[in-house]
Amino acid sequence: MDNLLTLVTFFPMAGAAVLLVALRGDDDLAVLNAKRVALGVTIVTFLASLAILFQFDPANTDFQMVEEAKWIGGLNYKMGVDGISILFVMLTTLLMPIVIGASWNVDKRVKEYMVAFLVLETLMIGVFLSLDLLLFYVFFEAGLIPMFLIIGIWGGKDRVYASFKFFLYTLLGSVLMLIAMIAMWYDAGTTDIPTLLKHEFSSGTISILGWQIIGGAQTLMWLAFFASFAVKLPMWPLHTWLPDAHVQAPTAGSIVLAAILLKLGGYGFLRFSLPMFPVASFQMQEFVFWLSVIAIIYTSLVALVQTDMKKLIAYSSVAHMGFVTIGIFSFNKQGLDGAIFQMISHGFISGALFLGVGVIYDRMHTREIEAYGGLAIRMPVYALVFMLFTLGNVGLPGTSGFVGEFLTLTGAFQANTWAAAGATTGVILSAGYALWLYRRVAFGDLIKQSLQQIKDVSTRERLLFAPLIIATILFGVAPNLLLDIIGPSVDALISNFNEATAGLAEAATALGN
Amino acid sequence: MPTIILFAPLIGALLAGFGWRIFGEKGALYISTGLLILAAFLSWIVFFQSYETPETITIMRWVESGSFAADWAIRMDRLTQIMLVVVTTVSALVHVYSLSYMNDDPQWKEGESYKPRFFAYLSFFTFAMLMLVTSDNLLQMFFGWEGVGVASYLLIGFYYRKPSANAAAMKAFIVNRIGDFGFALGIFGIFYMTDSISFEVIFTSGAALSVESFRFLGMELNAAEILTFLLFIGAMGKSAQLFLHTWLPDAMEGPTPVSALIHAATMVTAGVFLVARMSPVFEYAPGTMGFVVIIGASTAFVAATIALVQNDIKRVIAYSTMSQLGYMFVAAGVGAYQVAMFHLFTHAFFKALLFLGAGSVITAMHHEQDMRNYGGLRKKIPKTYWAMMIGTLAITGVGIPLTYIGFAGFFSKDAIIESAFAAGSAVGDYAFWMLVIAAAMTAFYSWRLMFMTFFGAPKGDKHTHDHAHESPALMLVPLAVLAFGAVFSGFLGYSYFFGDGMLAWFGEAVYINEETNTVIEDAHKVATWVRFSPFIAMLLGTATAWLLYVKKPQLPAALARRNPGLYRFLLNKWYFDELFDFLFVKPALKLGNFLWKSGDGKVIDGGLNGLAMGVIPWLTRLAGRWQSGYVFTYALAMILGVGGLITWFMFTRGIL
Repeated sequence: MDNLLTLVTFFPMAGAAVLLVALRGDDDLAVLNAKRVALGVTIVTFLASLAILFQFDPANTDFQMVEEAKWIGGLNYKMGVDGISILFVMLTTLLMPIVIGASWNVDKRVKEYMVAFLVLETLMIGVFLSLDLLLFYVFFEAGLIPMFLIIGIWGGKDRVYASFKFFLYTLLGSVLMLIAMIAMWYDAGTTDIPTLLKHEFSSGTISILGWQIIGGAQTLMWLAFFASFAVKLPMWPLHTWLPDAHVQAPTAGSIVLAAILLKLGGYGFLRFSLPMFPVASFQMQEFVFWLSVIAIIYTSLVALVQTDMKKLIAYSSVAHMGFVTIGIFSFNKQGLDGAIFQMISHGFISGALFLGVGVIYDRMHTREIEAYGGLAIRMPVYALVFMLFTLGNVGLPGTSGFVGEFLTLTGAFQANTWAAAGATTGVILSAGYALWLYRRVAFGDLIKQSLQQIKDVSTRERLLFAPLIIATILFGVAPNLLLDIIGPSVDALISNFNEATAGLAEAATALGN
Repeated sequence: MPTIILFAPLIGALLAGFGWRIFGEKGALYISTGLLILAAFLSWIVFFQSYETPETITIMRWVESGSFAADWAIRMDRLTQIMLVVVTTVSALVHVYSLSYMNDDPQWKEGESYKPRFFAYLSFFTFAMLMLVTSDNLLQMFFGWEGVGVASYLLIGFYYRKPSANAAAMKAFIVNRIGDFGFALGIFGIFYMTDSISFEVIFTSGAALSVESFRFLGMELNAAEILTFLLFIGAMGKSAQLFLHTWLPDAMEGPTPVSALIHAATMVTAGVFLVARMSPVFEYAPGTMGFVVIIGASTAFVAATIALVQNDIKRVIAYSTMSQLGYMFVAAGVGAYQVAMFHLFTHAFFKALLFLGAGSVITAMHHEQDMRNYGGLRKKIPKTYWAMMIGTLAITGVGIPLTYIGFAGFFSKDAIIESAFAAGSAVGDYAFWMLVIAAAMTAFYSWRLMFMTFFGAPKGDKHTHDHAHESPALMLVPLAVLAFGAVFSGFLGYSYFFGDGMLAWFGEAVYINEETNTVIEDAHKVATWVRFSPFIAMLLGTATAWLLYVKKPQLPAALARRNPGLYRFLLNKWYFDELFDFLFVKPALKLGNFLWKSGDGKVIDGGLNGLAMGVIPWLTRLAGRWQSGYVFTYALAMILGVGGLITWFMFTRGIL
């Protein structure tokens, strides 16, 4: 199939259209059908995406399965996949059926809800697959809308505040990115990403209003992109929208947000910042390291004192993304491999943690940690599952959480021992907040009256957890299944990067840095 | 065969944990116990095989990222062989013991099924421990290292209804993670310097590392020194050495078989194993080695002082364990790795024996653990009494100096003390005196335990004493096997671990830098008074205990009254917990709250959001004019986010 990528990308949206047009009424049957259609569409999308995986040749570091077409106004429509993007696509398609399954109890405007998620899926896959600057931007930005609606309509009681905060933060970041994109297009004369990857943006020092800007145009563009990606990821101190958004979002929204949407930022660094602005990236290494280390320690400490489960996990997500940025900006094999791995693994683990919160939220309608305690007694299966993902979250070897964390830190150590040592303290702190959360929720005696009749996970919930459990353990025991896929593309990225920054590295060594 | 040894416990854990609904509760217990007995049996067969050069069995690839590559693999050499028998033997015995011990546990309610879970954890622990000791690279070792940590966490918190058990479990995991912080940095550093995490490469790099340096946290440091130092931080956490020890006494919240297996015989010795395993690098780091000796000797001393006054029978043994681990580290630190392994080996038998014996006492006394409520149990539970007696004779090191007649501890502990003296260095001398004093205290607290428990008049609840009963055979048989080890393991092992057969027996498993390290050779030549010193210390300690707890039982209370400060200081374990709580735990929580409320709340949201907060009310007012705010927001998003900008973009493009 020549247009497999397009098919996978737009199939969910087509499903959404069918739902909108064909499904009438709001009786129970219509509601059930909406859920069924959405589930079916996401499952088919996942199966179709497997075809991408099977056709993909890891050894080839070029973009594969490339599709190109003229679009409106002389613009290009171009899609393709490489070792850096493919796993993100798979992560998205794998998680979406789980997301839909986690929404089975939604009872408000179900059809629209499903449509929003299906549209969101198309946009997220599109971000990872687009090979044209403008197309990327469209997907990247449009993804805001369904998420905004999901939080704003189906969210908790402060949903309006949270959705606006989410929207404004991300939007302001991307406005700067758009300006940089326009500048890039002026400079290179194309919006074609493969061409831009080979284009050398000027990095001579320039002077603006008396400010000497080292790295010149590259630095300015880098900063503009950084603004957008750092909000998305999010990096400290641009992270405060995330806890609010998570707390207000419905369970499924939280899963998508933590498991996939955050990764757009990390993917952006890998696709744009590093390969297109290598000189600027090189200059900014220490800056990013500082932000990352602060993020890890700061948000871990904040997570320690949270009383709301979702907030705690949200802060822990920020800390985990700190490992990602530190890995990416160590510019070496272990750091980059680890960063990608960490993002994928965090997708499973944080998704499962939010799902876990959703399971007990559905029963008790509260996220307050105080309201729980002793769940292990009445919910042994839930306790076991939640324990597994808690341990994954603290990076226990044997779970996928370990591999990403350890590789990024290994990479960071080679670049900067301060950064590595600072970030490694996160290993201690994560054990603190995660185990304490678990203890307060699952351990202790079951004395609260309200919990006496609570039921263990249902079959539906077990089915939702199952793929995440398998992934977390499988990729913890055999991480090479993933590392083999991303390896060659990462190698190519590094060798290009080293070539572009060779002079700088020598200068830095000469200065005794 | 090593592969079967390695995976039998894992299969046992999975079958017991997930399959008990199919096999029934009993079946699950017997399956996991049976598999462990099989593993122990095979381990002994492997133990008597010889691996002149280490052999590696690769199971499958694990992580590979450039030159950072690690397989799931088994490295067979003497160190592995020793650890295999220690781990599987004690584990199998503890499984058997638990079949009876865990029956009718009063912590659980009618109908709650807890035993399969307990056995699954025990077996999983054994698997993780085996992964640790069989690893052929640092990463798999780290897997085992953290794996045993989790098993320990789960088992300490096994009675999860009890808040104290949960607190102890968390504390154990987190304090261990502090150690792992150092261990992890050590691994990063070793990879940075040697470009490998495989033992084979690292072991040949010791000499090179000793002449290289690298910048670590702004300091230019000798590579061998700093890397071994970082690894040793990990060892300190796992082996409960001073400053990272506070979790071990609390870990006694777990069921007693767990204390015997994990917190006495196996997991806590992992740190010692790590130093021995990494001897090819430690040999080139004299600074770190000195540090190891000082920490080990100080731990042995401090822990022994605390053990003098504790009243909970398990806590006494816990501090005793910590103290004995200090002994092992002294041996490793002076370069007598084989001697450290010797004590590890003998200690596993007699300490597991003491713990399981204590468990038997506790069962007899209906879960009473305070020794002040014991007394006179010798007649009630004679078999347990004799088991404990053998354990005590072994740990105090009873034997006849200058001969080869004595209990296990006599051989291994005296070898350590002689090695410390033979080191001839200042730290060696410090360690020597500390260990001799600690040996006296060891005798004192061990006999104090015996006298308070088995001699004198029964104290405490009369009903409990009347119903005290000997334990069933399932518990006594493991005691008998361990007692055999406590008697003979020193005598049988002497030649291989310390005597003439040592070098050949260890082969390449332990590296000794012959130019600088002659400590074991010298240890055989120390003066006679040195060889008598632990014996004399032991006699002094025993005599004092007899005086205070048999002859004049009113004396201890009087002593405590006369020195209230010292007594409280020891009883409260040198106030380490309070100090750490004040220094780390409270500030972390305070800082967390501050960063959340002030950092996120006031500064970031206040500042960055100031704009947004100004905008949002305006937007919502605007939104009110439309019929639905959602339609508005949707439109706004479309316009601001994409639509308008694309149009503009197309427009400029069209012009060009």
